[in-house]
Amino acid sequence: MENTLNSIIAAAAPLVIMTMGESITEKSGVVNLSLEGSLRLSAMTGFAVAFWAGHAFAGFVAAAVVGAAIAAIIAATSIRLRLNQIAVGFVLTLLAADLASFLGDSLVGERGPRVPPLPIPVLSDIPFVGKVLFDHDLVVYASFLAIAVTWWHFYRTRSGLNLQGVGERPEGAFARGIKVNTLRFWYTVLGGAMVGIAGAAYSLDIKLGWRETLTLNLGWIALAIVIFGGWHPLRVAFGAYLFGALQVMAFQLQDVFPGLAQVLPIAPFPLMILALVFVYSSWFRRIGDRLPRVRNLFGSEAPAALGTVFERE
Amino acid sequence: MALEIRDIHKHFGPVRANDGVSITVGEGSLHGILGENGAGKSTLMKILSGFYEADSGAVVLDGEVLTLRSPADAIAVGIGMLHQDPLVFLPFTVLDNFVLGSPGPVRLDRSNARTELERVSTELGFSFDPAALARDLTVGERQQLEITRLIWLGARVLIFDEPTTGISATQRIQLFATLRALAEHGMIVLFVSHKLEEVEELCDSVTVIRRGKVVFEAPMPVAPELLVEEMFGKVFVADEREPVALGGPVLRLESVSVDDGKTHLDALDFEGAAGEVVGLAGLEGSGQRTLLRACAGLLTPTAGHLSVDGVDLTHVSYRGHLAVGVHYLPAGRLEEGLVEGISVTEHLVLTSHDRRFLVDWKGAEAAADRVIDEYSIKGRPSSPAEALSGGNQQRLLLAMIPEDVRLLLLEHPTRGLDVESAAFVWKRLLERRTDGATIIFASADLEELLTYSDRIVVFFGGSVFAVRDTASTDGEELGYLIGGKERV
Amino acid sequence: MRSAAPTLVALVAALAVGIVLLVLVGAPPFEALWLLVEGSFGSASKISATLLAWSPLLLASAGLVVTFAAGLWNIGVEGQIVIGAVAATWVARSLPGPGWVVILAAIVAGAVGGLLWALLAGVLKTHGGVHEIFGGLGLDFVAAGLVIYLVLGPWQRTGVASTSGTDIFREDAWMPTLEMLGTGWPVIPVLLGLASVVVVWLLLRGTRFGLRLKAVGRNPKSAALIGIPTNRYLLGAFAIGGALAGLAGTVQVTAFQHKLVPSVSGGYGFLGILVVLLAAFGAVWIAPIALFFVAISVGSTQLDLRLGLDSAFGGVLQGFIVLFVMVGGAWSARRASVERAARGEP
Repeated sequence: MENTLNSIIAAAAPLVIMTMGESITEKSGVVNLSLEGSLRLSAMTGFAVAFWAGHAFAGFVAAAVVGAAIAAIIAATSIRLRLNQIAVGFVLTLLAADLASFLGDSLVGERGPRVPPLPIPVLSDIPFVGKVLFDHDLVVYASFLAIAVTWWHFYRTRSGLNLQGVGERPEGAFARGIKVNTLRFWYTVLGGAMVGIAGAAYSLDIKLGWRETLTLNLGWIALAIVIFGGWHPLRVAFGAYLFGALQVMAFQLQDVFPGLAQVLPIAPFPLMILALVFVYSSWFRRIGDRLPRVRNLFGSEAPAALGTVFERE
Repeated sequence: MALEIRDIHKHFGPVRANDGVSITVGEGSLHGILGENGAGKSTLMKILSGFYEADSGAVVLDGEVLTLRSPADAIAVGIGMLHQDPLVFLPFTVLDNFVLGSPGPVRLDRSNARTELERVSTELGFSFDPAALARDLTVGERQQLEITRLIWLGARVLIFDEPTTGISATQRIQLFATLRALAEHGMIVLFVSHKLEEVEELCDSVTVIRRGKVVFEAPMPVAPELLVEEMFGKVFVADEREPVALGGPVLRLESVSVDDGKTHLDALDFEGAAGEVVGLAGLEGSGQRTLLRACAGLLTPTAGHLSVDGVDLTHVSYRGHLAVGVHYLPAGRLEEGLVEGISVTEHLVLTSHDRRFLVDWKGAEAAADRVIDEYSIKGRPSSPAEALSGGNQQRLLLAMIPEDVRLLLLEHPTRGLDVESAAFVWKRLLERRTDGATIIFASADLEELLTYSDRIVVFFGGSVFAVRDTASTDGEELGYLIGGKERV
Repeated sequence: MRSAAPTLVALVAALAVGIVLLVLVGAPPFEALWLLVEGSFGSASKISATLLAWSPLLLASAGLVVTFAAGLWNIGVEGQIVIGAVAATWVARSLPGPGWVVILAAIVAGAVGGLLWALLAGVLKTHGGVHEIFGGLGLDFVAAGLVIYLVLGPWQRTGVASTSGTDIFREDAWMPTLEMLGTGWPVIPVLLGLASVVVVWLLLRGTRFGLRLKAVGRNPKSAALIGIPTNRYLLGAFAIGGALAGLAGTVQVTAFQHKLVPSVSGGYGFLGILVVLLAAFGAVWIAPIALFFVAISVGSTQLDLRLGLDSAFGGVLQGFIVLFVMVGGAWSARRASVERAARGEP
């Protein structure tokens, strides 16, 4: 049991980092649709740089830069040129994925450095909890940190409140002296960098090496999980762990039920759709009117200005 | 302390929104800025609050020339603006709305903020539940929250842009008391309005702006006729209406109850005769829109019966209403009426009775040319809707009303239009009534209501408060009724 | 279509980036670019292969023009191609009778399959509050899962189940080709594809339906007040887009693969989105752009065979072209409007 939980938490770590990043981006009102491509290109770049430099850390830095650069294109073309974020994001999805395949072709099958395990002394000796939470490597600890910091930033800091204001009602934030587009740009870049880090985590930590199908569909799934989690860091993290559990289960069951193992990784999308339909249903709305707490627990409201362009005139 | 606005110029494309505006306001004064819709008041205030940058000119406070590049600059020197639609964040709590954007350390100390909110709001005589969501506040309460916030941030100059739109009479009384108190404490309060009576009631000096220029300045009181003349350039004399003999009932409501989530109309009985014009008066959100939307079939009555020309429409869809000659024209022309990116010709094709699958574009263009002529629309058949000015958009919408309309439902038919367009719109509408249609329109303009209605229905607080024959009432009485009081 | 100059600059820029990338991986850049041309148009059989790939891309793109006109991001197009292919495969595998009957039935089945799958995404949007991007993606995943299940399960190859696909269809269920110049020409698929573009162009330009669809896409609120049943029109757009995507799937299995494979969509759905973005959502330029793109795709397979490069280079080139054209167009439009404002014009 503790071993299973341990592997779920490890398997979900990159997904957690990526979904936190996308939550930050979307809270500021920008959609970075390119995750599927960003993830692949950063996984490839991260692996390539780590492979040549002989050090995993260099790979993470390079991957973060790649993710940030793609995000910067989406933010800049939206802010400066009023291009549709979905359109640019979609083009970049395909472009980055193909770039990864093309440039990474010669790296397929190579073995590179990996992130060393780093059990935390003392804490990892605690029975059960120690094994589940503290017997991991830096990537997993970073994923814990990502959840905590994202949550703390959203709900406990001034800048986090400003961030939410920018995504909710940019003209209101602007009237309060907040630099809407500057914030949007940098939060999008930050979110993109986190996606990049997640990409490197796949090629340098979860699975070692680069191949095209390394992160297949995980970018799309991350987008779904952010919606499923209603843009709330803790609920988003819950969604990521739920998916991690499905992945681990699929892996463990693949000898027993080969069919099921194929189906489980696809499950999050239909699940998310069902969840969305459920929240939209009149039945749920009736319950929500009577029990506001239930509504607040499950209902998810997108940042009102998500995907829109803000101009002062 | 004095605020001096020196020779401000600002143009948007060819439009000179501000054409050399200079105003000086002293400490502790409650200064009214009067002007028609589109006169350039809002532009000037947005320049003051850092939303827009002026093309030229200066803003001077306490003898110091200000650099106003963004709202942040304005806030820093103590200029705060309260927008017509208070810019609060609906899903956030009152407390979060209060602190959002305020300077301070990274960690948000909410308990300290709560203390501050309570301190400042108590001083101002407001009371809030810090944990309530902004979306659950009335517009008046949202204003109070914004005032509290701006005072807390150290505002010395407060700008109120049409603050009485959408608030109740009691809230208006409270707002005015607050504004007076702020001025007594030495602040400069700029009160922007196109409502004469409010400026008369509240302000101690006034500036009238017309077409981007200051045309009049004086300490109050000033004779209202004079202000009207300065605002409109000429005294607006309504054309005498030709009396029209009313026909049989077209619209009939029998104890109709209807609810749109915000307002609830209860057991309403009402009849509209052929050729009759009924004006709906009241503060925005008092139930006029609810009634119009119910008549249009966009809201289904929860009880009672609604019929047009004897056809029961109680549970008939919007499109069913269209089919029997009901036509609804909401206030947002480009939001709920026209389609951006679609041309004049295409709009006319969309609403034509020609049901053929293939469109005859040649014929349609010729028809569009005729309409453009007939309605004197400034534009070409191929002009997209957003390229037309507000007045021309409204003319196009008029042209889209079918010939055989029986019940015409309008919201603010002349809002934001120049005098000429407004007169044209009514000339056209009154032709429909001569053809035997019933017209029901909501308006915030008392003069419009008194000029064109046969009957006026006054809404207050979500129900019908009074019904008057236009012949037997006047602006003064309507003012009282809209505020929820009988004339004493 | 946008003005020519920025488009041309964008094309050259994309090509330049492509050359840099080729140098970066140590490939001879001009030989590689020549291989793209040679690989797609170098011989009769290559031209025929390019035309065969052009048809499903035309069909998918034409369908996407309709859904975009209604303001919809039909990301579910991939799944609609797949389900069309599944439906066509089902007919080809199980329907007895003469070949032309089977093929006609497969065409109908493919269109209906894609149509129904698209309507599912449509109903999720209009009645379930699920944005079409996510409903569509979800249905893409489900369709992909369904094909793998069919290929490995009920429709597995005789002997051993393999992801390489089902058994080959019986030969008279293959879409007939015109034998000429020593190779088979895909006349029927190309005609289907071109016809779909023409029909869509006519539909959007000349009909009441098209005009009303455009109104719904641009402003659903106004459209509803004008009296257009918006949900019905949205579903109509999904139905047309889905049917055309389903036809693309039919072409893929009956004219190209002659069996059902997991990668049956060929990525033509997403590539179609790029084509329509490049065509600025109009039907007029669809055919040449699709031909250009498909030539790049077909030609790039030669890079793999001859130079040992990854064939994803084609996708890279396509991606840069669309990105640069979009950015270039928006940038020059922006500059023009700034200049106009400076001159004081509206």
